[in-house]
Amino acid sequence: MKLDFTHTQAAHCENGVTTSLLRHHGVNQITEPLAFGIGSGLFFIYIPFMKINNGPAIAFRTQPGLIFNRTCKALGIPVARKKFRSKEEAEKILMECLAAGQPVGCQVGVYYLTYFPKEYRFHFNAHNLIVYGKEEDNFLISDPVMEMATSLSSYELERVRFAKGAFAPRGQLYYPKEKREVTNDQVKKAIKTGINRNINLMLRIPGPIAGIRGIRYTAKKISQWRDKLGPKKAGSYLAQLVRMQEEIGTGGGGFRFIYAAFLQQAYAYHPIQELIDISKEFTRSGDIWRSAAVQAAGIYKGRIGSQADFNVMSDYLNAAADIEKQAFQALAKIKWKA
Amino acid sequence: MKKDELPQDLGALGKITGEVCYVVDESGNYTTVLSNGWEVKSSALEVAWKDVEQRIQAAHQKVLNKEASPILFFMELRVMDIPIVAAYTGIWKWQVKKHLKYPAFEKLSASRLAKYAELFEVSVEELKTMKVDET
Repeated sequence: MKLDFTHTQAAHCENGVTTSLLRHHGVNQITEPLAFGIGSGLFFIYIPFMKINNGPAIAFRTQPGLIFNRTCKALGIPVARKKFRSKEEAEKILMECLAAGQPVGCQVGVYYLTYFPKEYRFHFNAHNLIVYGKEEDNFLISDPVMEMATSLSSYELERVRFAKGAFAPRGQLYYPKEKREVTNDQVKKAIKTGINRNINLMLRIPGPIAGIRGIRYTAKKISQWRDKLGPKKAGSYLAQLVRMQEEIGTGGGGFRFIYAAFLQQAYAYHPIQELIDISKEFTRSGDIWRSAAVQAAGIYKGRIGSQADFNVMSDYLNAAADIEKQAFQALAKIKWKA
Repeated sequence: MKKDELPQDLGALGKITGEVCYVVDESGNYTTVLSNGWEVKSSALEVAWKDVEQRIQAAHQKVLNKEASPILFFMELRVMDIPIVAAYTGIWKWQVKKHLKYPAFEKLSASRLAKYAELFEVSVEELKTMKVDET
Protein backbone atom coordinates (compact mmCIF):
# COMPACT_ATOMS: atom_id res chain seq x y z
CA MET A 1 0.00 0.00 0.00
CA LYS A 2 1.43 3.32 -1.04
CA LEU A 3 -0.50 6.55 -0.64
CA ASP A 4 -0.36 9.24 -3.24
CA PHE A 5 1.95 11.53 -1.33
CA THR A 6 4.72 13.89 -2.37
CA HIS A 7 7.88 13.93 -0.29
CA THR A 8 9.21 17.44 0.23
CA GLN A 9 12.40 18.35 2.01
CA ALA A 10 12.43 21.05 4.66
CA ALA A 11 14.98 22.62 6.98
CA HIS A 12 13.16 21.58 10.13
CA CYS A 13 11.40 18.30 10.76
CA GLU A 14 8.23 19.53 12.43
CA ASN A 15 7.79 22.39 9.96
CA GLY A 16 8.28 19.88 7.18
CA VAL A 17 5.74 17.41 8.53
CA THR A 18 3.24 20.22 9.08
CA THR A 19 3.74 21.62 5.58
CA SER A 20 3.57 18.26 3.82
CA LEU A 21 0.51 17.01 5.70
CA LEU A 22 -1.38 20.26 5.17
CA ARG A 23 -0.47 20.31 1.48
CA HIS A 24 -1.68 16.77 1.20
CA HIS A 25 -5.01 18.09 2.50
CA GLY A 26 -5.10 20.72 -0.19
CA VAL A 27 -3.79 23.69 1.80
CA ASN A 28 -1.67 24.90 -1.11
CA GLN A 29 -0.75 28.21 0.47
CA ILE A 30 1.35 26.61 3.19
CA THR A 31 5.16 26.75 3.01
CA GLU A 32 7.77 25.88 5.59
CA PRO A 33 8.35 29.51 6.68
CA LEU A 34 4.58 30.11 6.92
CA ALA A 35 4.13 26.99 9.07
CA PHE A 36 7.01 28.09 11.30
CA GLY A 37 5.75 31.68 11.65
CA ILE A 38 2.07 30.85 12.10
CA GLY A 39 3.12 28.24 14.67
CA SER A 40 5.20 30.94 16.45
CA GLY A 41 8.25 28.70 16.22
CA LEU A 42 10.93 31.24 17.07
CA PHE A 43 12.06 31.09 20.65
CA PHE A 44 15.01 30.99 22.98
CA ILE A 45 15.38 29.20 26.27
CA TYR A 46 18.29 28.15 28.43
CA ILE A 47 17.29 25.78 31.22
CA PRO A 48 20.14 26.02 33.74
CA PHE A 49 19.11 23.08 35.95
CA MET A 50 18.77 20.64 33.09
CA LYS A 51 21.51 18.82 31.20
CA ILE A 52 21.36 17.32 27.73
CA ASN A 53 24.22 14.94 26.86
CA ASN A 54 26.11 16.40 29.81
CA GLY A 55 25.90 19.88 28.33
CA PRO A 56 23.61 22.90 28.66
CA ALA A 57 19.94 22.62 27.66
CA ILE A 58 19.42 25.36 25.09
CA ALA A 59 16.67 25.65 22.49
CA PHE A 60 16.14 28.16 19.70
CA ARG A 61 12.65 27.01 18.92
CA THR A 62 9.39 26.34 20.61
CA GLN A 63 8.45 23.09 22.34
CA PRO A 64 7.99 20.00 20.10
CA GLY A 65 4.47 19.46 18.81
CA LEU A 66 3.32 23.05 19.15
CA ILE A 67 4.09 24.20 15.61
CA PHE A 68 1.78 21.58 14.12
CA ASN A 69 -0.99 22.20 16.66
CA ARG A 70 -0.88 25.97 16.45
CA THR A 71 -0.66 26.13 12.67
CA CYS A 72 -3.58 23.75 12.18
CA LYS A 73 -5.66 25.53 14.79
CA ALA A 74 -4.98 28.95 13.27
CA LEU A 75 -6.11 27.64 9.89
CA GLY A 76 -9.26 26.09 11.35
CA ILE A 77 -8.16 22.48 10.87
CA PRO A 78 -8.88 20.01 13.67
CA VAL A 79 -5.91 17.93 14.83
CA ALA A 80 -5.84 14.25 15.75
CA ARG A 81 -3.01 13.33 18.11
CA LYS A 82 -2.61 10.05 19.94
CA LYS A 83 -0.12 8.44 22.29
CA PHE A 84 -0.07 4.74 23.06
CA ARG A 85 0.73 2.38 25.87
CA SER A 86 0.94 -0.70 23.72
CA LYS A 87 3.11 -1.14 20.66
CA GLU A 88 0.52 -3.36 18.99
CA GLU A 89 -2.16 -0.71 19.37
CA ALA A 90 0.24 1.94 18.02
CA GLU A 91 0.85 -0.07 14.87
CA LYS A 92 -2.81 -0.99 14.49
CA ILE A 93 -3.97 2.62 14.54
CA LEU A 94 -1.16 3.61 12.17
CA MET A 95 -2.30 0.90 9.72
CA GLU A 96 -5.92 2.05 10.03
CA CYS A 97 -4.91 5.60 9.13
CA LEU A 98 -2.96 4.41 6.10
CA ALA A 99 -5.87 2.21 5.04
CA ALA A 100 -8.09 5.29 5.26
CA GLY A 101 -5.67 7.13 2.95
CA GLN A 102 -4.22 9.34 5.64
CA PRO A 103 -0.44 9.91 5.78
CA VAL A 104 0.58 10.17 9.42
CA GLY A 105 3.06 12.33 11.32
CA CYS A 106 5.07 10.43 13.93
CA GLN A 107 7.31 11.65 16.71
CA VAL A 108 10.41 9.46 16.95
CA GLY A 109 13.78 9.14 18.64
CA VAL A 110 16.88 9.33 16.45
CA TYR A 111 19.20 6.97 18.37
CA TYR A 112 17.86 3.90 16.57
CA LEU A 113 16.99 5.70 13.34
CA THR A 114 18.88 3.49 10.91
CA TYR A 115 19.10 5.84 7.93
CA PHE A 116 20.68 8.65 9.97
CA PRO A 117 24.46 8.91 10.01
CA LYS A 118 25.96 7.45 13.18
CA GLU A 119 27.39 10.83 14.19
CA TYR A 120 23.87 12.22 14.55
CA ARG A 121 22.41 9.40 16.58
CA PHE A 122 22.13 10.72 20.12
CA HIS A 123 19.16 9.97 22.36
CA PHE A 124 17.09 12.81 20.96
CA ASN A 125 13.39 12.03 20.92
CA ALA A 126 11.72 14.99 19.29
CA HIS A 127 12.30 14.14 15.65
CA ASN A 128 9.32 14.00 13.29
CA LEU A 129 8.61 12.07 10.12
CA ILE A 130 5.68 11.01 7.97
CA VAL A 131 4.61 7.44 7.27
CA TYR A 132 2.83 7.25 3.91
CA GLY A 133 2.53 3.58 3.14
CA LYS A 134 3.68 0.03 3.72
CA GLU A 135 5.19 -2.41 1.28
CA GLU A 136 5.72 -5.92 2.62
CA ASP A 137 7.40 -5.38 5.98
CA ASN A 138 8.67 -1.90 5.16
CA PHE A 139 6.98 1.34 6.11
CA LEU A 140 7.46 4.12 3.57
CA ILE A 141 8.91 7.13 5.30
CA SER A 142 9.06 10.76 4.29
CA ASP A 143 11.62 12.31 6.62
CA PRO A 144 11.56 16.07 5.97
CA VAL A 145 15.26 16.58 6.61
CA MET A 146 16.23 14.01 3.96
CA GLU A 147 16.41 14.78 0.25
CA MET A 148 14.75 11.50 -0.68
CA ALA A 149 11.94 9.45 0.79
CA THR A 150 13.16 6.38 2.65
CA SER A 151 11.82 3.36 4.52
CA LEU A 152 12.00 1.52 7.85
CA SER A 153 11.13 -2.07 8.67
CA SER A 154 8.16 -2.45 11.00
CA TYR A 155 10.57 -3.36 13.82
CA GLU A 156 12.75 -0.31 13.14
CA LEU A 157 9.75 1.99 13.08
CA GLU A 158 8.34 0.53 16.28
CA ARG A 159 11.71 0.98 17.95
CA VAL A 160 12.00 4.68 17.13
CA ARG A 161 8.34 5.33 17.94
CA PHE A 162 8.89 3.83 21.36
CA ALA A 163 12.26 5.42 22.11
CA LYS A 164 12.70 6.18 25.81
CA GLY A 165 14.09 9.08 27.80
CA ALA A 166 13.30 12.81 27.75
CA PHE A 167 10.39 13.64 25.39
CA ALA A 168 9.69 9.90 24.95
CA PRO A 169 7.32 9.81 21.96
CA ARG A 170 5.25 6.87 23.27
CA GLY A 171 4.22 5.99 19.75
CA GLN A 172 2.77 9.44 19.24
CA LEU A 173 1.12 10.07 15.91
CA TYR A 174 -0.78 13.05 14.56
CA TYR A 175 -2.53 14.27 11.43
CA PRO A 176 -5.12 16.82 10.30
CA LYS A 177 -8.45 15.24 11.12
CA GLU A 178 -10.44 16.71 8.27
CA LYS A 179 -9.91 18.13 4.87
CA ARG A 180 -10.99 21.75 4.94
CA GLU A 181 -10.59 24.51 2.47
CA VAL A 182 -8.39 27.31 3.73
CA THR A 183 -8.98 30.78 2.33
CA ASN A 184 -6.34 33.48 1.90
CA ASP A 185 -8.19 35.52 4.51
CA GLN A 186 -7.68 32.71 7.00
CA VAL A 187 -3.96 32.64 6.19
CA LYS A 188 -3.82 36.42 6.66
CA LYS A 189 -5.43 36.13 10.06
CA ALA A 190 -3.25 33.17 11.02
CA ILE A 191 -0.11 35.14 10.18
CA LYS A 192 -1.22 37.95 12.49
CA THR A 193 -2.02 35.50 15.29
CA GLY A 194 1.33 33.77 14.86
CA ILE A 195 3.29 37.02 14.96
CA ASN A 196 1.43 38.35 17.98
CA ARG A 197 1.98 35.15 19.93
CA ASN A 198 5.67 35.20 19.02
CA ILE A 199 5.95 38.78 20.28
CA ASN A 200 4.56 37.62 23.61
CA LEU A 201 6.86 34.62 23.75
CA MET A 202 10.01 36.60 23.07
CA LEU A 203 9.26 39.84 24.92
CA ARG A 204 6.77 39.11 27.66
CA ILE A 205 7.39 35.59 28.88
CA PRO A 206 8.02 35.76 32.63
CA GLY A 207 11.33 34.77 34.20
CA PRO A 208 14.96 35.37 33.21
CA ILE A 209 15.74 32.22 31.17
CA ALA A 210 13.44 32.49 28.16
CA GLY A 211 12.85 34.89 25.29
CA ILE A 212 15.08 37.95 24.83
CA ARG A 213 15.96 37.90 28.54
CA GLY A 214 17.01 34.28 28.11
CA ILE A 215 19.54 35.30 25.43
CA ARG A 216 21.02 37.94 27.75
CA TYR A 217 21.05 35.44 30.61
CA THR A 218 22.97 32.98 28.43
CA ALA A 219 25.38 35.75 27.38
CA LYS A 220 26.11 36.43 31.03
CA LYS A 221 26.58 32.73 31.80
CA ILE A 222 28.96 32.28 28.86
CA SER A 223 31.23 35.02 30.16
CA GLN A 224 31.45 33.01 33.42
CA TRP A 225 31.92 29.57 31.85
CA ARG A 226 35.71 29.79 31.46
CA ASP A 227 36.28 30.40 35.19
CA LYS A 228 33.48 28.18 36.44
CA LEU A 229 33.93 25.13 34.21
CA GLY A 230 37.54 25.35 33.09
CA PRO A 231 38.54 25.89 29.46
CA LYS A 232 37.84 22.34 28.29
CA LYS A 233 34.32 21.96 29.62
CA ALA A 234 33.52 25.54 28.64
CA GLY A 235 34.53 24.58 25.10
CA SER A 236 32.23 21.57 25.16
CA TYR A 237 29.38 23.75 26.37
CA LEU A 238 29.95 26.18 23.51
CA ALA A 239 30.04 23.29 21.04
CA GLN A 240 26.65 22.20 22.33
CA LEU A 241 25.28 25.74 21.91
CA VAL A 242 26.50 25.76 18.31
CA ARG A 243 24.93 22.39 17.61
CA MET A 244 21.54 23.49 18.93
CA GLN A 245 21.84 26.64 16.85
CA GLU A 246 23.18 25.40 13.53
CA GLU A 247 22.57 21.70 13.30
CA ILE A 248 20.19 19.95 11.03
CA GLY A 249 16.75 21.42 11.24
CA THR A 250 17.48 25.04 12.03
CA GLY A 251 17.85 26.42 8.51
CA GLY A 252 20.92 28.25 9.90
CA GLY A 253 21.33 31.01 12.48
CA GLY A 254 19.14 29.37 15.10
CA PHE A 255 15.92 29.52 13.01
CA ARG A 256 16.34 33.29 12.61
CA PHE A 257 16.67 32.97 8.82
CA ILE A 258 13.48 30.91 8.54
CA TYR A 259 11.69 33.57 10.55
CA ALA A 260 13.05 36.28 8.25
CA ALA A 261 11.78 34.26 5.28
CA PHE A 262 8.41 34.00 7.00
CA LEU A 263 8.12 37.78 7.33
CA GLN A 264 8.93 38.16 3.62
CA GLN A 265 6.19 35.68 2.75
CA ALA A 266 3.82 37.39 5.20
CA TYR A 267 4.27 40.53 3.10
CA ALA A 268 2.52 38.81 0.19
CA TYR A 269 -0.60 38.61 2.39
CA HIS A 270 -0.13 41.87 4.29
CA PRO A 271 1.59 44.41 2.03
CA ILE A 272 3.07 46.41 4.88
CA GLN A 273 6.61 47.72 4.26
CA GLU A 274 7.62 47.18 7.90
CA LEU A 275 7.45 43.41 7.43
CA ILE A 276 10.21 43.59 4.80
CA ASP A 277 12.31 45.92 6.95
CA ILE A 278 11.92 43.78 10.07
CA SER A 279 12.70 40.67 8.04
CA LYS A 280 16.10 42.24 7.32
CA GLU A 281 16.65 42.68 11.05
CA PHE A 282 16.14 38.96 11.65
CA THR A 283 18.61 38.23 8.86
CA ARG A 284 21.08 40.50 10.67
CA SER A 285 20.44 38.71 13.93
CA GLY A 286 20.91 35.30 12.27
CA ASP A 287 24.21 36.55 10.84
CA ILE A 288 25.33 37.60 14.30
CA TRP A 289 24.44 34.16 15.66
CA ARG A 290 26.57 32.69 12.86
CA SER A 291 29.49 34.95 13.78
CA ALA A 292 29.06 33.83 17.39
CA ALA A 293 29.29 30.23 16.18
CA VAL A 294 32.56 30.99 14.38
CA GLN A 295 33.91 32.59 17.56
CA ALA A 296 32.77 29.57 19.60
CA ALA A 297 34.50 27.23 17.13
CA GLY A 298 37.73 29.14 17.66
CA ILE A 299 37.38 28.41 21.37
CA TYR A 300 36.40 24.74 21.23
CA LYS A 301 39.06 24.04 18.65
CA GLY A 302 41.58 25.59 21.01
CA ARG A 303 42.73 28.32 18.63
CA ILE A 304 41.64 31.03 21.07
CA GLY A 305 40.40 30.83 24.64
CA SER A 306 41.20 33.87 26.79
CA GLN A 307 38.56 35.48 28.96
CA ALA A 308 38.43 38.26 26.37
CA ASP A 309 37.43 35.67 23.75
CA PHE A 310 34.58 34.48 25.94
CA ASN A 311 33.53 38.09 26.43
CA VAL A 312 33.41 38.60 22.65
CA MET A 313 31.14 35.54 22.47
CA SER A 314 28.93 37.04 25.14
CA ASP A 315 28.83 40.38 23.29
CA TYR A 316 27.59 38.66 20.15
CA LEU A 317 24.65 37.22 22.05
CA ASN A 318 23.81 40.56 23.58
CA ALA A 319 23.95 42.16 20.15
CA ALA A 320 21.54 39.54 18.78
CA ALA A 321 19.26 40.12 21.78
CA ASP A 322 19.24 43.89 21.10
CA ILE A 323 18.30 43.41 17.45
CA GLU A 324 15.62 40.82 18.16
CA LYS A 325 14.12 42.91 20.95
CA GLN A 326 13.80 45.92 18.65
CA ALA A 327 12.49 43.75 15.85
CA PHE A 328 9.71 42.28 17.98
CA GLN A 329 8.88 45.69 19.39
CA ALA A 330 8.57 46.96 15.82
CA LEU A 331 6.33 43.99 14.97
CA ALA A 332 4.17 44.87 17.96
CA LYS A 333 3.70 48.38 16.56
CA ILE A 334 2.51 47.28 13.13
CA LYS A 335 -0.88 48.65 12.16
CA TRP A 336 -2.57 45.68 10.49
CA LYS A 337 -4.98 46.72 7.77
CA ALA A 338 -7.07 43.59 7.90
CA MET B 1 23.21 34.88 5.22
CA LYS B 2 23.77 35.52 1.53
CA LYS B 3 23.36 32.76 -0.98
CA ASP B 4 26.99 32.81 -2.09
CA GLU B 5 28.23 32.73 1.51
CA LEU B 6 26.60 29.40 2.34
CA PRO B 7 29.35 26.99 3.40
CA GLN B 8 29.71 23.66 1.59
CA ASP B 9 32.12 21.81 3.87
CA LEU B 10 31.29 18.14 3.46
CA GLY B 11 30.22 16.72 6.83
CA ALA B 12 28.83 13.42 8.13
CA LEU B 13 25.29 14.32 7.11
CA GLY B 14 26.34 15.83 3.77
CA LYS B 15 27.46 12.40 2.61
CA ILE B 16 23.88 11.17 3.00
CA THR B 17 21.76 14.21 2.29
CA GLY B 18 22.12 17.91 1.65
CA GLU B 19 20.32 20.03 4.23
CA VAL B 20 17.99 22.88 3.48
CA CYS B 21 19.31 26.31 4.45
CA TYR B 22 17.53 29.63 4.16
CA VAL B 23 19.60 32.24 2.35
CA VAL B 24 19.12 35.63 0.72
CA ASP B 25 19.57 35.83 -3.05
CA GLU B 26 20.99 38.71 -5.16
CA SER B 27 17.71 40.63 -5.13
CA GLY B 28 17.28 40.31 -1.36
CA ASN B 29 14.65 37.56 -1.45
CA TYR B 30 14.78 34.47 0.70
CA THR B 31 15.32 31.17 -1.01
CA THR B 32 16.54 27.73 0.00
CA VAL B 33 19.80 26.08 -0.99
CA LEU B 34 21.15 22.70 0.01
CA SER B 35 24.33 22.68 2.05
CA ASN B 36 26.71 19.75 2.49
CA GLY B 37 27.73 21.00 5.89
CA TRP B 38 29.70 23.65 7.71
CA GLU B 39 33.11 23.08 9.27
CA VAL B 40 32.07 25.08 12.37
CA LYS B 41 29.30 22.66 13.20
CA SER B 42 31.03 19.45 12.20
CA SER B 43 33.82 20.39 14.60
CA ALA B 44 31.18 21.03 17.29
CA LEU B 45 29.86 17.53 16.67
CA GLU B 46 33.41 16.21 16.88
CA VAL B 47 33.84 17.86 20.28
CA ALA B 48 30.66 16.15 21.48
CA TRP B 49 31.90 12.71 20.35
CA LYS B 50 35.35 13.28 21.80
CA ASP B 51 33.69 13.98 25.15
CA VAL B 52 31.70 10.76 24.79
CA GLU B 53 34.88 8.86 23.93
CA GLN B 54 36.62 10.20 27.04
CA ARG B 55 33.71 9.25 29.23
CA ILE B 56 33.84 5.72 27.83
CA GLN B 57 37.59 5.48 28.47
CA ALA B 58 37.21 6.82 32.00
CA ALA B 59 34.39 4.36 32.71
CA HIS B 60 36.48 1.49 31.32
CA GLN B 61 39.34 2.34 33.64
CA LYS B 62 36.99 2.66 36.61
CA VAL B 63 35.60 -0.81 35.98
CA LEU B 64 39.11 -2.27 35.74
CA ASN B 65 39.83 -0.63 39.12
CA LYS B 66 36.56 -2.09 40.41
CA GLU B 67 35.36 1.42 41.24
CA ALA B 68 32.38 0.92 38.95
CA SER B 69 30.49 -1.87 37.25
CA PRO B 70 30.38 -2.68 33.52
CA ILE B 71 26.88 -1.15 33.48
CA LEU B 72 28.56 2.26 33.69
CA PHE B 73 30.88 1.39 30.82
CA PHE B 74 28.04 0.25 28.56
CA MET B 75 25.84 3.14 29.58
CA GLU B 76 28.56 5.53 28.37
CA LEU B 77 29.25 3.40 25.29
CA ARG B 78 25.61 3.66 24.27
CA VAL B 79 25.52 7.41 25.03
CA MET B 80 22.85 6.80 27.67
CA ASP B 81 22.32 8.11 31.17
CA ILE B 82 20.59 6.64 34.23
CA PRO B 83 17.04 7.81 33.34
CA ILE B 84 17.38 6.37 29.81
CA VAL B 85 18.71 3.02 31.06
CA ALA B 86 15.92 2.89 33.64
CA ALA B 87 13.24 3.73 31.08
CA TYR B 88 14.35 1.05 28.61
CA THR B 89 14.91 -1.74 31.13
CA GLY B 90 12.02 -0.98 33.46
CA ILE B 91 14.43 -1.08 36.40
CA TRP B 92 14.04 1.72 38.95
CA LYS B 93 16.48 4.62 38.61
CA TRP B 94 17.80 4.21 42.14
CA GLN B 95 18.47 0.55 41.43
CA VAL B 96 20.29 1.32 38.18
CA LYS B 97 22.37 3.78 40.17
CA LYS B 98 23.19 1.05 42.64
CA HIS B 99 24.09 -1.39 39.87
CA LEU B 100 26.71 1.03 38.61
CA LYS B 101 28.76 0.02 41.64
CA TYR B 102 30.85 -3.11 41.37
CA PRO B 103 29.65 -5.05 44.45
CA ALA B 104 25.97 -4.65 43.51
CA PHE B 105 26.75 -5.76 39.96
CA GLU B 106 28.35 -8.97 41.21
CA LYS B 107 25.14 -9.86 43.00
CA LEU B 108 22.84 -9.23 40.00
CA SER B 109 20.43 -12.01 39.13
CA ALA B 110 20.64 -13.72 35.76
CA SER B 111 17.40 -12.12 34.61
CA ARG B 112 18.60 -8.65 35.49
CA LEU B 113 21.87 -9.24 33.70
CA ALA B 114 19.96 -10.43 30.66
CA LYS B 115 17.87 -7.26 30.69
CA TYR B 116 20.92 -5.04 30.72
CA ALA B 117 22.66 -7.16 28.09
CA GLU B 118 19.64 -6.89 25.82
CA LEU B 119 19.53 -3.11 26.12
CA PHE B 120 23.24 -2.78 25.40
CA GLU B 121 22.97 -5.29 22.55
CA VAL B 122 25.69 -7.60 23.89
CA SER B 123 25.76 -11.08 25.41
CA VAL B 124 25.81 -11.50 29.19
CA GLU B 125 29.38 -12.74 28.84
CA GLU B 126 30.37 -9.59 26.96
CA LEU B 127 28.55 -7.51 29.52
CA LYS B 128 30.68 -8.98 32.28
CA THR B 129 34.00 -8.82 30.46
CA MET B 130 33.43 -5.60 28.52
CA LYS B 131 34.91 -7.34 25.51
CA VAL B 132 32.85 -6.18 22.58
CA ASP B 133 33.71 -6.05 18.96
CA GLU B 134 32.49 -2.65 17.80
CA THR B 135 32.89 -1.61 14.26
